[in-house]
Amino acid sequence: MTIEAPRDERALRVVGKSLPRVEAAAKVTGSIAYADDIVLPGMLFCKLLRSRHPYARVLSIDTRAARAVPGVVAVLTGHDLPVNYGIMPTCEDEHALEHEKVRFVGDPVAAVAAVDEETAQAGCRAISVEYEPLEAVESIEQALVPPDDEPLHDYAGPANVHRLAALEFGDVDAGFARAAHVREDIFFFEGNTHLPMEQHSATAQVAGDKVTLWSSTQDPHYVHRALAKVLGLPMGKLRVVAAPHGGGFGGKCDPFSHEIVVCKVAMMTGRPVKCTLTREEVFYTHRGRHPVLMWVRTGVDADGRILAMHFRSALDGGAYGSYGPASTLYTGALQTTTYAIPAYRFEGARVFTNKAPCGPKRGHGTPQPRFALEVHLDKLAADVGLDPVELRRRNFVKPFSRTVNWLRITSCGLEEVTNRVLEASGYARRERRRGHGMGFAVSSYMCGAGLPIYWNKMPHSECVVNVGRGGVTLYCGATDIGQGSDSVLATVAAEELGLWPGDIRLVTGDTGLTPVDLGSYSSRVTFMAGNAAREAAAKMRALLVGVVADEEGCAPQEVEVRDGKVGRMTFEEAATLAEEHLGVLSAHGTYTPPEGIGGRYKGAGVGPSPAYSYSAATVDLDADPGSGEIRVNKVWLAHDIGRSINEMAARGQVEGGVYMGLGEALMEAQAYRDGLHRQPSMLDYKSLTFLEMPEVETILVETHDPEGPYGAKEVGQGPLLPVIPAVVSAVHDALGVWIDEVPVTPDKIVRALDARAKGKEARYGPKRFPDIPYPDLVKVVPPDAATAAL
Amino acid sequence: MLRLPPFRFLRPGSVDEAADLLAEHGDRAMVVAGGTDLVPKMKRGQMEPEVLVGLGHLTELRAVHATDGGGVEIGAGVTLTAASSDRRVGADHPAYTRAAALVSSPALRNVGTIGGNLCVDTRCNYYDMSVEWREACGFCMKKDGDICRVAPASKHCRAIASSDTAPAAIALGGTVVLVGPGGHRREVSVSDLYQDDGQFYLAKAPDEIVECLRLPPPGAWRSSYVKVRRRGAIDFPLAGAAVALAMAGPVVEGCRIVLTAVGSRPFDVSAAGEALVGRELTGRELTGEDGLLADVAAEAAKVAKPLDNADLHYVWRKQMTRRAVVQAIVEAAGHSPALAALA
Ligand SMILES: Cc1cc2nc3c(=O)[nH]c(=O)nc-3n(C[C@H](O)[C@H](O)[C@H](O)COP(=O)(O)OP(=O)(O)OC[C@H]3O[C@@H](n4cnc5c(N)ncnc54)[C@H](O)[C@@H]3O)c2cc1C
Ligand code: SF4
Repeated sequence: MTIEAPRDERALRVVGKSLPRVEAAAKVTGSIAYADDIVLPGMLFCKLLRSRHPYARVLSIDTRAARAVPGVVAVLTGHDLPVNYGIMPTCEDEHALEHEKVRFVGDPVAAVAAVDEETAQAGCRAISVEYEPLEAVESIEQALVPPDDEPLHDYAGPANVHRLAALEFGDVDAGFARAAHVREDIFFFEGNTHLPMEQHSATAQVAGDKVTLWSSTQDPHYVHRALAKVLGLPMGKLRVVAAPHGGGFGGKCDPFSHEIVVCKVAMMTGRPVKCTLTREEVFYTHRGRHPVLMWVRTGVDADGRILAMHFRSALDGGAYGSYGPASTLYTGALQTTTYAIPAYRFEGARVFTNKAPCGPKRGHGTPQPRFALEVHLDKLAADVGLDPVELRRRNFVKPFSRTVNWLRITSCGLEEVTNRVLEASGYARRERRRGHGMGFAVSSYMCGAGLPIYWNKMPHSECVVNVGRGGVTLYCGATDIGQGSDSVLATVAAEELGLWPGDIRLVTGDTGLTPVDLGSYSSRVTFMAGNAAREAAAKMRALLVGVVADEEGCAPQEVEVRDGKVGRMTFEEAATLAEEHLGVLSAHGTYTPPEGIGGRYKGAGVGPSPAYSYSAATVDLDADPGSGEIRVNKVWLAHDIGRSINEMAARGQVEGGVYMGLGEALMEAQAYRDGLHRQPSMLDYKSLTFLEMPEVETILVETHDPEGPYGAKEVGQGPLLPVIPAVVSAVHDALGVWIDEVPVTPDKIVRALDARAKGKEARYGPKRFPDIPYPDLVKVVPPDAATAAL
Repeated sequence: MLRLPPFRFLRPGSVDEAADLLAEHGDRAMVVAGGTDLVPKMKRGQMEPEVLVGLGHLTELRAVHATDGGGVEIGAGVTLTAASSDRRVGADHPAYTRAAALVSSPALRNVGTIGGNLCVDTRCNYYDMSVEWREACGFCMKKDGDICRVAPASKHCRAIASSDTAPAAIALGGTVVLVGPGGHRREVSVSDLYQDDGQFYLAKAPDEIVECLRLPPPGAWRSSYVKVRRRGAIDFPLAGAAVALAMAGPVVEGCRIVLTAVGSRPFDVSAAGEALVGRELTGRELTGEDGLLADVAAEAAKVAKPLDNADLHYVWRKQMTRRAVVQAIVEAAGHSPALAALA
């Protein structure tokens, strides 16, 4: 069967409209059942006993007293779950319960299941663990020194280094040699966490020889794999269901201890088991933004055109691998998707420290270098006497081009987002008054990673559309984590079938019922699952149209599918007729990213994407010259979304991204003191409240990407990125001091002002970048300039 | 989630009976008013009362009325919302209503009481954590341990007095009526309710209950309260200054300055304000040209010895204490806060 060519886009009836999200009413009225709302008959409650030491050997665990607590049904230690796992095949360094070594305060060592939470907690308190404390590694610098005790992991090294990368594209030294001006800067981005409204929760149930897990996870497929490995069960005996989500932001992308433990307890006891984390435990479970120290050196010619760039990063990874190898490479991958850098060198390192493991958070690995890069360019512009916007413009990448590190750029609205945001905010005419400032920055982000996390040749996303008397049901492994992917899928299907999104029944994120989708990370769902859904629904449409055309005696092209009708028939009549003729009505669609969107060198797997979104932000703020306190007045954000599938939902994502970006820029810090999280509570971990949240003016720019569904690109992550450097730039505009360390807090500003008053550098930030034993550079020949244009 | 440990809840018929119950159950019992401070702390194991004596239902504690001499009496059970929106109190004692309006968030002010706010626990980020966290850190002398984590050489706890309304009440010359067992009542100045010890921060007997706060008639006193915190919608003070000025036209006849969140009790540093007495507060002084206010503030903030046990850098908190004093003086003098920014 052939699929019709995409219809004239002007005729789109549902795509692009501002419609309430499909789950909005259920969320607002509270009828939606999040993972923690699941209650099953005879259910047990589970709590994890966590390490109180940053780093220690576990000598013995005595669980006898816990087993004697009335109401305790099961007690588990690492001996019950000895198989290691981890999200990335190269660093499967976790155990559901650690029985040899604990590596951070919060590392789970034992689990107790009981008739209620209080009893489970009492059981945990009754467990005695004998530890031999080891010297904790608390900083990047310390992790680079060979430890007196042993490194955190056997595979670490040198010292506690987890991962090193060193890549060079083009002749960087020659570029610097030709440069009219070269500048170096050092930056630090403190770690921060996702802070979802919903704490993680998982419930498992056993029926016969099958185990079902409901969890607040972003990628049931990867959890499914980890469970099969650790529990030693065939995948077919396991079903993982992503429950309706109360926020992910990357914090629910790894397989977690509590998910594995509840399955194991259910298998041991035959009873359903739930484990819901406390807010404090969520801070320990983390996998959030890495603290990153960065050094950047750029050479420009007399016109401000970049000739060469050298970027170094050092990531404080915390105690486990998580997505670390990818996070490391991401700190170097996307500098080139906004600026045409003819020669580029990247050296990255991730180290293990005795802190909660870091991983992916909205923008995964790219907000830190984006902050450094944009602020660095502001300073470079000042050095060479150019307006910072002009310097950027001179270096913007071109649409449909290839970057020096082999990334394929297709649609690119960089010029337009820049123009629109500058115009709307009046940046060039901004008011000059003491303490008032505006800042500008741009960024870009992926629409899904080009490669899966483990090597496999399955499509990245698959959809099935079934039609019957139950109406239209769409099955897809994608998971709505609050980003609105369910609405995207329903809208796409509705568009193709002439219905409304509310007419589509969705079955998503369920490894037992839905075909695979890799998960909600790397902003992949609209692009990938959206394309798969479009293919499936278009095929279904063709089936219905064919049958109706025969019945009505006309050509298929003459059958209109709109407003709940197929030709002259109602959708229901058409469906019944089609079923009479064809039997089961089922159609499927898949999506796999195209070949050749990235390079072929080691490390080339990180960065390629079928398309890139582009964002630009201006931030207007007042900074008090006496106290350093900041009031953000307004943020303008223009985003090249390709095309919005649901405009209201897209605007919501932009506002959410700005909110999160401002929180990171101004307050949020997953900071440690003596090996201990400084503030694992919602009151003490500062994030913006409504009061600090300024007005956001969202400008959606549509570049109609040739490969996105209806031209759509991502909006879930990209808009966060330019906000952070724009805040730093605005503070400089207001007070004349550079705060080269995020978050930009009032005490840092006052320190910089005091330094300036004493005649020292008007800056607050890191002063040195450590010596890191980077390996020899992998020299990659850049794409030939002649073939660069596609 | 964090679970509330089991406890017995008693519902006395009167304040007098409440005090008797406290005496009867000794140190196993505590009173609870709005519970906004106590309940989260029980969940974190910072307080482990076996018996809670409820005050929330006692209507006798919930009245605001004028006293014979022209002052006002605010029942301990009056919520912060009610106190902060009382017009009469606001007109006479702006520092007090301002402070009450700046406590935490609207939801908490609807429940939290002014009595609870006067008795609110001192704060320290080595202490305001779950029992698991504190165990990992090592317990400190305020609860379950024997040394101070932030100042290991200190013989006493240095947790931070964090009530917003206490400094205002002191600057306004307020008193409280305490009810002890057997209906015994005594009136003490608000200042005498506190002592400089983060662990034993209240100078009253454990079985005494605050019945009401009395504020004397304002006379020539004008007042203001300035609070420094990270987020205006929720956070505890990082520094706070209450200032009352007795004004005869532009001339200062009396000055009281009281600081909060700079030590383990509210500090009355009115002596620093002596320099203002007899001075006119108009142009030069208020714009800070002659450095007068800056000098007063520097003197006032000398008692502030912030430690690394709260939000933001302690040096900044000390600097902001001085700014808060200047701003509070300017506001109390009836000038716009914008002027203070120049000081
Ligand atoms: C998120 C958050 C933010 C907060 N922010 C602030 C803030 O900015 N500023 C601030 O000052 N406070 C703040 N608080 C603390 C608290 O909410 C207020 O201090 C409130 O006024 C306490 O009143 P309550 O009635 O709830 O006290 P409760 O919790 O009932 O009691 C507090 C303490 O006082 C004792 N007590 C209560 N009433 C009496 C009485 N009549 N006589 C004797 N003892 C009594 C109790 O035994 C207990 O020890 C905050 C709390 C939270 C949870
Ligand atoms: S000041 Fe010292 S003793 Fe008091 S709570 Fe803090 S750490 Fe504990």
